[in-house]
Amino acid sequence: MRVLIEKLTKQYLDRRGLATEALEDINLVVEENEFVVVVGPSGCGKSTLLNLIAGLISPTSGQVVFEGERSRTQPQTAMVFQDFALFPWRTVYKNIVFGLEERRASLSEQRETGQKYIQMVGLQGSEQKYPHQLSGGMKQRVSIARALAMDPLLLLMDEPFSALDAQTRTLMQYELSRIWEETRKSFLYITHNIEEAVFLGDRVVVLSRRPGRILDIVDIDLPRPRGEKLSLEKAYLEYVDRIWQTIKDQAKEALEEKGDDYR
Amino acid sequence: MTTDNQVTQDPTSSAPTEKIVVRHKAYFLKKKDYPGLSLISFCLLLLIWELASRRQWVPPLFLPAPTAVLAEGWAMVQSGVIFKHLLASLSRVLWGFLIACSLGLVIGLLIGSFRFFEAIGNPIIAAAFPIPKIAILPLLILWLGIGEAPKVAVIVLGVFFPMVINVYTGVKNVDPLLIKAALSLGSTRTRIIRKVIFPSILPMIFAGMKLGMGIALLLVVAAEMVGADAGIGFMIMNAADLMQTKKLMVGLVMLSLLGLFFNGLFQRLERIVIPWKK
Repeated sequence: MRVLIEKLTKQYLDRRGLATEALEDINLVVEENEFVVVVGPSGCGKSTLLNLIAGLISPTSGQVVFEGERSRTQPQTAMVFQDFALFPWRTVYKNIVFGLEERRASLSEQRETGQKYIQMVGLQGSEQKYPHQLSGGMKQRVSIARALAMDPLLLLMDEPFSALDAQTRTLMQYELSRIWEETRKSFLYITHNIEEAVFLGDRVVVLSRRPGRILDIVDIDLPRPRGEKLSLEKAYLEYVDRIWQTIKDQAKEALEEKGDDYR
Repeated sequence: MTTDNQVTQDPTSSAPTEKIVVRHKAYFLKKKDYPGLSLISFCLLLLIWELASRRQWVPPLFLPAPTAVLAEGWAMVQSGVIFKHLLASLSRVLWGFLIACSLGLVIGLLIGSFRFFEAIGNPIIAAAFPIPKIAILPLLILWLGIGEAPKVAVIVLGVFFPMVINVYTGVKNVDPLLIKAALSLGSTRTRIIRKVIFPSILPMIFAGMKLGMGIALLLVVAAEMVGADAGIGFMIMNAADLMQTKKLMVGLVMLSLLGLFFNGLFQRLERIVIPWKK
């Protein structure tokens, strides 16, 4: 199963009816079992790209195609949101099986799949807690388990760790890397953090500022499993530097213009 | 102040060894508890009232003593009269309340969730809401006669509006991120109403119920003052006509207790139904 993103363009109309281009001519293929990270400065349309792939908004032109075999119950995508988006009235377990309920899976299947992903993200013992009783890192684990339990063809992650503190974030990166190695699914991950992109990805797609265009695609040829020593290695640092050099000027522009241009 | 100035004006002198201990400036923000004060003040009020009546500072015919009201109430309990009036009022309130809450919930969900129903419902609600419901009572009597129907109907009208407006506002304020999350997890539109919107607005539903019950008690009394032969409102009106102030006061106490009872009931129910509330 591959995901083809073909000539994807998205324009928004502002109050005066003027079109602003959020994404321009994005062409990208996410291969089976590939971990692709999209990185870009603020206002580059990263979230727009994810929403388009998830079918939550419609493109101005171009299309997203899922090509290949799949089982009948598999949805195309499931999304992990930056602010977790957990249902506050549902316990950890009930949040995780939400998607299974929606596709009318049997109770025993719900229990089995739910347990599997609770184990995978390390939430044993917290099944009956409500989201407000959890820390940010725990909440994001629930959100990841909830999306994985759907067994989507492509897992979409929209800056999932940017609401977390720096230390939790680092630990969650290790966790996610391990989870990806366990599941070997196709991941499309969005971030503004270059180190995170290099640490997690098989490939890093660098987007420009508005309108978002692909500036560079970098194959990250680093061994897995990736652990905490990786960030000390020369090859890793070179990747980070290469991407930073590509993005630097764009980020500066974003810094200077953000106030009046964005939102 | 002056010592401060001296220090800054003379930088060549060695640093002064003055110690300033940091004072807690926000002490008044700390909440203090006054245990038992509520009870004491309440009892004190009753005591003053009792004295005022016993010592004839106020004629007992106008302000009977709390103990006298209590005795009258007890006599009415023993004769069973009180239950006749209580049941008559309660059944009107409960019927009206149930019908109005169900209607308010369904219609609120519809106009909140679908633009089509919003376009139809909003102007009607906006126009009908400001009319004091008691003003509609004569019309309802004209249509429905003087039996139970207009009394229940006026309560339905009174409770429906706070309910429908609360539900509508609740639906409009559901976190759109949760709706997006449900969509990305495969929910359809109707499932979202049931599994995301409904639980989200439960606190608003309870707020509407509390508001609605207050209005229901108000309206039942008003409705019973016109053309009724039982009910707390009738009892109060009748007692006033006969200058039975004690009986009248019993009616007022009953209303206060009813209000307190329903408020407590809803609060307890809310804690059971919304266990995730912090």
